[in-house]
Amino acid sequence: MRNRLLSGPYLVWMALFTLIPLVIVLYYALTDSATGSFTLSNLAALHNYFPIFLRSVWLAVVSSMICLLLGYPVAWRIAQARPSRQRFLYMLVMLPMCISFLLRTLAWVSLLEDTGIINNLIRALGLRPLPLIRNSGAVVLGMVYNYLPYMIMPLYTVIMKIDRRLVEAAQDLGCDGRRVFLKVTLPLSVPGIVSGITMVFVPAVSTFYISQKLGGPGTALIGDVIESQFKAAYNPNLGAAMSLFLMVLVLACIAVMNKFTGEDERVATV
Amino acid sequence: MKRAAGAFTFVIFLFLYVPMLVLAAASINRGSDVAVFKGFTLGNYSALFKDGVLLPLLLNSVILALASSLCATVLGTSAAIGISRMSPRLRRAAMSLTNIPLTNPEIVTGVSLALLFAFAGRMLKIKNVMGFATLLIAHVTFNLPYVILSVLPKLRQMDRHLYEAAMDLGCTPLQAFFKVVLHEIMPGVISGALMAFTMSLDDFVISYFVYGAEYVTLPVEIYNYTKKPLQPKIYALFTLLFTAILLLMIIMNILQARDVKKRASGESGALRKRRLG
Repeated sequence: MRNRLLSGPYLVWMALFTLIPLVIVLYYALTDSATGSFTLSNLAALHNYFPIFLRSVWLAVVSSMICLLLGYPVAWRIAQARPSRQRFLYMLVMLPMCISFLLRTLAWVSLLEDTGIINNLIRALGLRPLPLIRNSGAVVLGMVYNYLPYMIMPLYTVIMKIDRRLVEAAQDLGCDGRRVFLKVTLPLSVPGIVSGITMVFVPAVSTFYISQKLGGPGTALIGDVIESQFKAAYNPNLGAAMSLFLMVLVLACIAVMNKFTGEDERVATV
Repeated sequence: MKRAAGAFTFVIFLFLYVPMLVLAAASINRGSDVAVFKGFTLGNYSALFKDGVLLPLLLNSVILALASSLCATVLGTSAAIGISRMSPRLRRAAMSLTNIPLTNPEIVTGVSLALLFAFAGRMLKIKNVMGFATLLIAHVTFNLPYVILSVLPKLRQMDRHLYEAAMDLGCTPLQAFFKVVLHEIMPGVISGALMAFTMSLDDFVISYFVYGAEYVTLPVEIYNYTKKPLQPKIYALFTLLFTAILLLMIIMNILQARDVKKRASGESGALRKRRLG
């Protein structure tokens, strides 16, 4: 049918601005910054950054798990509300994302600082101030705060679509609340869980702003290193090699996650 | 269980809104240190409106968001129609392409586009290639998947025969598209456009890698600011923006609720109106 041609401009656009840029990243990663000749030294240099890669993945995994634990009950509760209430609650989840995440992170900085709001309160109570910022915990808090809505959205979409009659059938067949949850609701929400974890993990593993603002000297992440290759140290070839590795890492994680659902289509959150 | 989850949800909502409260409090704080409240003032708000820098930057962001979401909506809607008519194998290939910007970390998208633009600039011998055009291309690229993913389900739900019926009744393909197909998929198109607009308005990471000194957006400027202490005017600006969005959403919610109620009570009336229209 002629209608198929309608996607032509789109396919050309995507080839130009997503595929070709990735080829260029590959090209930079495999060439020397001074001479422009082929080299593997950029990729070889990656092993110096191995601890940073490991830390990024670890913090992103921890944040994804915390988001899942915090997000699931919220998504479940929203799905149980009356339809008109559901829309309102869902909107409340989305609303914070309308405000620049830079500013929301800065707000956390002023909450957690040594002379920040929380520590001022603690001092007013006559207690010793706590080291709340410049550590991995603060970075995880920042990640959880910023990406929690990304977890709640797909979970809610999936839980809402679960057929009520399946839950009732399980109850009729003698399951108590806990077993209804473990045998029916939880297995049916796996696609939402996978999609939510992906949506939290990918931005968390590659962030540079959160770790810059909330992290300390020892908590630099991959994103920080890539950013500095392009904006400060100016070694785009090494930066490209890191980006390439980050991309492969993320794709590998997604492939592993998709094994759990057995389908390659992600849950549409719209 | 429902009550426990309800209490928990309330606590999480508090957690989500604590930073907004901090920003709002900072916007009416006389002192410049957010952590110490030195008394009430509206001075930050009046300073904001006298400010010659922040509002133009906001305008830059809005213009970019409007232009990129418009391009992405037109391109994406036509692409979605094309994709929905493809054979399953081609469709899977097209959807993998669509998923690239969604699954790639933003920083990788930003870096790869920056390298592309720098490369193209060198080929075409343009100095300072980064500017409005590069920002627009980057924003359209990351907005397209959102439009496609919200239009495709509507196309799948649509009755194919409607299009054929319109053609049988004498519509040209173009008329059939604008009178029937577009009408059916409109909710998807609108939600895709809105999503594209908000994504674009709030984008920092990708813009940061492809912006040039001549066209700076608000988030990028905030990032550049944060090396020095932030001006309280910015808190005022965002408190206003947040209030505006909150009101807009509440109004939309009320209108939608009323619409649903009306449709439930007067299905026949609505039907009659639609036939007349």
